[in-house]
Amino acid sequence: MKHMLQQVFHSGKFIVGFCIFMALLLIVLVYPLFVNEAPLAIIAEGTFFPPGIYVSIFDSIHSPTTYTLNLDDAAAKRIASKLSNDDRIAMKDWLILDGIPEAEIDITDTAKLLDQWGENYDPKKNIPSLTNAKRNFYARLNASLQGLMSSEGDIIATQNPDTVTLEQTGVVNQTDYANISEVANVRVLALGTDNFGRDVLTELVKATGVSIQIGLVAGIIATIIGLALGLLSGYIGGQLDDFIMFITNLFLVIPTIILLILISFSIGQDKRGAFVIATVIGLTAWPWTARAVRAQVISLRNRDHVNLSKLSGHSIIHIIVADILPYIASYVVMAFILQISSAILSEAQLSILGLGPRTTEVMTLGLMLNWALIYQAEILGKWWAYLPVIVVIALITFSMNLMNTGLDQVFNPALRD
Amino acid sequence: MKGYTKYFLTKLLWFVITFVFAFILNFALPRLMPGDPVAGIVSHIAQGMTNTTGVQAIYQQYANLFGTNRPILEQFFIYVRNVLHGDFGFSISQYPRTVADTLKSAIWWTVCLQFPAIIVGWIIGNVLGALAAYLKKGFDNVLMPISIFLSNFPAFGMAIILLVIFGVGLKWFPTSGGYGFDLIPIFSWKFIWSVITHYQLPFWSIVLIAIGGQAIGMRSMSIYELNADYVKYSRFLGIKDRKIIGYVFRNAMLPQITGLALAIGTMVSGALVAEIIFSYPGLGTTLLHGILGQDYPLISACTVIITIMVLSANFIIEILYGLIDPRIKAAQAD
Repeated sequence: MKHMLQQVFHSGKFIVGFCIFMALLLIVLVYPLFVNEAPLAIIAEGTFFPPGIYVSIFDSIHSPTTYTLNLDDAAAKRIASKLSNDDRIAMKDWLILDGIPEAEIDITDTAKLLDQWGENYDPKKNIPSLTNAKRNFYARLNASLQGLMSSEGDIIATQNPDTVTLEQTGVVNQTDYANISEVANVRVLALGTDNFGRDVLTELVKATGVSIQIGLVAGIIATIIGLALGLLSGYIGGQLDDFIMFITNLFLVIPTIILLILISFSIGQDKRGAFVIATVIGLTAWPWTARAVRAQVISLRNRDHVNLSKLSGHSIIHIIVADILPYIASYVVMAFILQISSAILSEAQLSILGLGPRTTEVMTLGLMLNWALIYQAEILGKWWAYLPVIVVIALITFSMNLMNTGLDQVFNPALRD
Repeated sequence: MKGYTKYFLTKLLWFVITFVFAFILNFALPRLMPGDPVAGIVSHIAQGMTNTTGVQAIYQQYANLFGTNRPILEQFFIYVRNVLHGDFGFSISQYPRTVADTLKSAIWWTVCLQFPAIIVGWIIGNVLGALAAYLKKGFDNVLMPISIFLSNFPAFGMAIILLVIFGVGLKWFPTSGGYGFDLIPIFSWKFIWSVITHYQLPFWSIVLIAIGGQAIGMRSMSIYELNADYVKYSRFLGIKDRKIIGYVFRNAMLPQITGLALAIGTMVSGALVAEIIFSYPGLGTTLLHGILGQDYPLISACTVIITIMVLSANFIIEILYGLIDPRIKAAQAD
């Protein structure tokens, strides 16, 4: 046993797969220790907030100390965020129409451009080649430029409850800064929010955990059923074998997704929890395992050590446990790993079809994808709603299959390079 | 030929048995659903009606129409008789359209999308896998990680990523539908071109997934065959390399054909979800509408048709396999 494990951990593929999977598991287990909040809590008013650091405006105005930093490029950055390149080109166009030579206009020199604009722009001036819509556009642009170059601060005022008048309580200067660590409320939304306004990262970690659990439950159910039927059918043989193989082949040809759709639809929305879905997936996924196990058992059935065991009068259960199981253990483990990864995929497929677990209780990877698709995140370019989910699903299945290939190479010398 | 006839008849019998079994499951499972589907439509139609007897009358009428008030066994025989006539009843969510009407065009969209895609993916995958096994080193080192990655990548993930890159980002292809929303399905170049451009993304997303799995399978089969004793023996005999490779790949192909028969169900299910993501007007999207509308005649019809498609594909592959593999004839002749 020890030797076998050593051999397994010498396989590069297995180690890579194992590490990826363990890293995912570790994140799922450790993350809730640091971020202690309900994964389904709706925190955002609105859909699909982009990823980033969210700083409370209220708290940064009222932060205990205000620092003054005289930075040269502060004004330029402020203007750049308001005055886009298209606006600059539009301004240039107007100035040219106004009769200013093109060589004198430099749209990269913001101060000069705004000066020229301020001196020359006159909303009442009639330039014949401009349409009315264009004229209105320039009026709006002009209004938005008002105060852009000013260096005055903004006044903070609060309403006096007695007189209902505004009273000045402070001034925010352009050179005022707050240290982000002193601002009371800063929230990092590393993956933004989803369509319901929930933190995608927290949700994703929880969903990964639930999906892995679904995979494990389904994998265990499928492997137990498949193993039991495969052993019975392979070892006992005869009519029992014919019967079990008939049922197995029946379920093998009928597409699993059809059974999954029909059963989960029949269960109904109200009774569909995550573990019900896991059980359903497990109950439909066993035929592969049963067939593989049976084939292995048949090749073992007439080996000398099994015959010796039979002659010694051991019971069937003893023979199966002591003489057959150890020889097929590696196959069963490989089948189990594949069952887990295919169960996670099945859950996601079912959820995309709208037959996944109920949304209100738990999050699964499939449900996250389902909601992202319903809200057309992929068309709207809200990558944080679907891409991390796909990456996690791909990582899980990829790591599982790497482990499987690694094991296969260890136990199946013909495949070794 | 006697051996082959026997093989053919066994497979045919098996086809019929699986079909009957799948048909019964298809009928029975949705009808075990809690909640009354007819009550759903009635409450929709009778919105705002306060007269209880009126609502009752409407309920009775619809229950008669859909046959839900009869014993389940009788419903089954009526259903069998109707399906044999190609009549799947009325759609509950799109009443008064019939299910057959809803599905008529969807079937062809699905057949024309999925089967070419699966076959093309299978062929490309096998060629690449065989090349990887034969050329080894450089080619193998590039192809294998890509294939492992592709084959493990979820089909829906591939569909979404292709959609985002080529549809939303680069705007090379349209993102949804089977043809331009402003066109009428008639035979014109504009319409055909629109169909072709809409076809590309769903098609390649299915092909790419199929390539990965097939390439891996073909590579290991080919490596196994290349190391077989008969190859070494042939080399000793001085048979030309090209001829040996011909034998090797023919032998390696055979398990791949059986593999295709077994994998076709999984491939179709992946392709159905890809259809949903591209809103392709096929069975997958229809199925989704059926599920959203709690429309069991529609779901049942979709699943019956998908099952028929998969079982027939399976049957055809097995028949072809019997023709190709000489061992089957030999085994049956004993």
